[in-house]
Amino acid sequence: MEFSNINIIDVLPGLFLVVASVLAMISIAIKRNHIFIFVVTSTSLMGVFLFLILYASNHEFNVEPLFVIDGFGTFVTGLIVMSALAVSLLSYAYFEQREERKEEYYILLLLATLGSDILVISKHFVSLFLGLEILSISLYAMVAYLRKRNKSDEAGLKYLILAAFSSAFLLFGMALVYSASGSMDFTGIAKYVSANPTLPLPMFAGMCLMVVGIGFKLGVVPFHMWAPDVYEGAPAPVAAFIASISKGGMVVLLVRFFDTINGFQYPVLVLAFACIAVASMIAGNVLAIQQTNVKRILAYSSIAHMGYILVAFLAGGELGEEAVSFYLVAYFLTNIGAFGVVAILSDQDRDAERLEDYQGLFWRHPKIAAVFTAMLLSLAGIPLTAGFLGKFYLITSGVHAQLWWLVIVLVASSVIGLYYYIRIIAMMFEKAEGSDELALHPRLYLINLITLLVLCALIIYYGIYPQGLIEQIHNFLQ
Amino acid sequence: MILVTFISVLMIGGIMAWVAASWSNLASRWISLITLLIDFILAISIWMNNASTPWIEKFYAPWIPNFGINFSLALDGLSLLMLLLTFFLGILGVLISWNEIQYRVGFFHFNLLWVLAGISGVFLTMDLFLFYFFWEVMLIPMYFLIGIWGHENKRYAAFKFFIFTQASGLLMLLAILGLYFVHKNNSGVGTFDYFQLLGTQMSLSTSRWLMFGFLAAFIVKLPVVPFHTWLPDAHSQAPTAGSLILAGLLLKTGAYGLIRFVLPLFPEASAEFAPWAMLLGVVGILYGASLSFAQTDLKRLIAYTSVSHMGFVILGVFAFNSLAMQGAVMQMITHGITSGALFAIAGILYERIHTRDINAMGGFWVKAPFMGVTTLIFVLASLGLPVLGNFIAEFLTLIGSWQANQTLTILATTGIVAATAYSLRIMQKVFLGKTLNEKTMTDLSLREKLVFVPLIAAIIWLGLFPQKVLNTTKPMIDKSFKTEQTTLNQKDNGIQ
Repeated sequence: MEFSNINIIDVLPGLFLVVASVLAMISIAIKRNHIFIFVVTSTSLMGVFLFLILYASNHEFNVEPLFVIDGFGTFVTGLIVMSALAVSLLSYAYFEQREERKEEYYILLLLATLGSDILVISKHFVSLFLGLEILSISLYAMVAYLRKRNKSDEAGLKYLILAAFSSAFLLFGMALVYSASGSMDFTGIAKYVSANPTLPLPMFAGMCLMVVGIGFKLGVVPFHMWAPDVYEGAPAPVAAFIASISKGGMVVLLVRFFDTINGFQYPVLVLAFACIAVASMIAGNVLAIQQTNVKRILAYSSIAHMGYILVAFLAGGELGEEAVSFYLVAYFLTNIGAFGVVAILSDQDRDAERLEDYQGLFWRHPKIAAVFTAMLLSLAGIPLTAGFLGKFYLITSGVHAQLWWLVIVLVASSVIGLYYYIRIIAMMFEKAEGSDELALHPRLYLINLITLLVLCALIIYYGIYPQGLIEQIHNFLQ
Repeated sequence: MILVTFISVLMIGGIMAWVAASWSNLASRWISLITLLIDFILAISIWMNNASTPWIEKFYAPWIPNFGINFSLALDGLSLLMLLLTFFLGILGVLISWNEIQYRVGFFHFNLLWVLAGISGVFLTMDLFLFYFFWEVMLIPMYFLIGIWGHENKRYAAFKFFIFTQASGLLMLLAILGLYFVHKNNSGVGTFDYFQLLGTQMSLSTSRWLMFGFLAAFIVKLPVVPFHTWLPDAHSQAPTAGSLILAGLLLKTGAYGLIRFVLPLFPEASAEFAPWAMLLGVVGILYGASLSFAQTDLKRLIAYTSVSHMGFVILGVFAFNSLAMQGAVMQMITHGITSGALFAIAGILYERIHTRDINAMGGFWVKAPFMGVTTLIFVLASLGLPVLGNFIAEFLTLIGSWQANQTLTILATTGIVAATAYSLRIMQKVFLGKTLNEKTMTDLSLREKLVFVPLIAAIIWLGLFPQKVLNTTKPMIDKSFKTEQTTLNQKDNGIQ
């Protein structure tokens, strides 16, 4: 390996994250202070983000043999860092109200962000797996962070066992692919693939096992069983992280991997992904209808949304990649916002997850309810929100690639999806009932409210004036 | 620029009305009223100075250039009439809810004005993406109007309304995208611009599929039997202003879509589909009429009359001649006024006696003669009595459709007979007969008279002097038939 010719600016964001997590660790060693570590985390994330805004470019740069830093990767890195910033801003108030030791959470958050960032720019099985493990191991701890809650423990354990399993599948798959192609580098595999128009058996088996591992991370049907339980048990900001950043990183990796090796030349794989997409869209939306727990509803909805993204992934091409990028932005903002609302309304005893917690919210906390309404409408894909343009983009790419069946399933299932989003909204607009023993008494922090309002403003801004974002995506993807 | 003003005034007014309600409910009501009056006066002034050019006014600004999406608005006679109707009914909607709505007044008016903004947008836009955008924008506030201020079964009704319209709207979005790509493949230019998409060359089967996508949205909205089941629920559960807007305006967006988009964009496919559409129209006329006769809930009854009357619209639109088209447009306007008025009466009755059950009503004429006369006028209008506007509309429609299909026209005419039955039943059950519930009954107040007098004036004026309206739509209709003929001819020539 040779490091002499590394363009320092390109690798700085990742290095920054490493440094930030080390700094956070040292600061705990010196003195435990929640505000201090929160400020360290947020400013470093903000710093990385500003750095990317100022210096990011769309030129391609390889750190052989592990990483490729190109426009797509840089764009998504920026998105991930910004989302991590939003999550950390939402976390402060949430953890401040809880009795456990709070400080280590931020180290985990930074590390998980780093893991996701590595996934996004990796072009080699080794870096892929490293990134994935950094991400997953941080998440095990984050999910189970509130140890005094049974559900949180349960969720952590569930996630640990299943994620470890899926990593094993992924590893075995990678080994098989390596045994067939003799390369762990994406481009090396691509060479092998282009020489073999038919899929040899070890390669086929390896790919299938990898699909299992990737599918688990994305939480798509039939590998979705963990999602609702983990979302329900995890602290609300962590659920936001899993729903957005952790899945987003994997989506990008999937797009890059398939793009590089040109996996679409194998109809079997296309068929497999099409089936997964259809199953996710339908099952996610149908199962969400029966839920009465808001976090579970959001979990099933994110299963469905991954199905939607797969449509654009299958559509491929330039438009497909653009659609994925745009949709990721909308989806990240929306999901973090939605879980942010859950976080802001939660109190020490439990998270605001029952549907009844939202009854009459519009008359109690009009601002929060307005934000949540915007988020839900964006998830449902209603105009004036970024979610609508995202869905429009997905459908456009699907129609362009003439994936009629997938597009029709997308449309039909998002109509089903409307029902449960609207149900939450309807709940918020109902008359508030008298005081309930179970009613929550959250302390509201200004910082959460501001974060949510900013997210909401962004969603509406991108919903009305998406041109800026589209152009940015264009620039980065060129 | 004035076209943008129409929409933005409503949107800004809506926000102001919402904010103002935190000081005073009355301020919120006045702001809404003034907002609508401004728009109405603007629209009237355009109408007065209207030359006979097909396009009176246009506005254009790029929005999302990457997809060829523009913020493109244009006004022709049809749009202008629809806008006038929108603002007119909007004013009445505010007046009619003056006392009825006491809960969350600011948010109510916000929703009311934003529905109207969405509707105005639908009537004005000439970009298909923007059209879909506005199509959806009018949904959400309407959902809230039904869901928050509605009657006992409001949640069910609001859900049903939302899901029906959204599902059909998404099919339209698919068709819009299909059209976009067909045009892009033909000409290399990706655009959602209506004028550029007109006359896109495509095979008949493609055009058939795309047309069905558009039809889905419009037919559900119109509504055409068997996609009408959301309508009785939504209409009967909505608050009075909500029903008024639903019946008076939202249904018209469906008819407008047929005239503006389906016929010009897919001339061949729609000519092919025309007999079936006319059949659906006739089925709607008869089915709506007979169900209407069987209702005991006054608002449901009126809702089914809408199904029946809207049958005439689709009959007229698909008869493919300018007489019938004129009739259909006329029907849109007169039905907006009549059904709006009837819903207002139902709402006023509900305010007084707290029921919509016509079996619990009777003999109100003694106590409320003014209300009785008003109702009589609109009931007569609804059954198509000459002198009143609806007669002109149905007459023109039937003359036109006679040229297209005689059997169906005869069947449709029997619908008017059925209309007599259900319309007079309203009168008989509510105002005549044994006196019930009379203690709480009072006649119309000054404010309520202020609502009905303009409505009565409008419906009589439309019945006596329809020429002004017909002149307004004439250039647009003539033009559309001319271009349609030429495109059809061109295609015929091409085949030969």
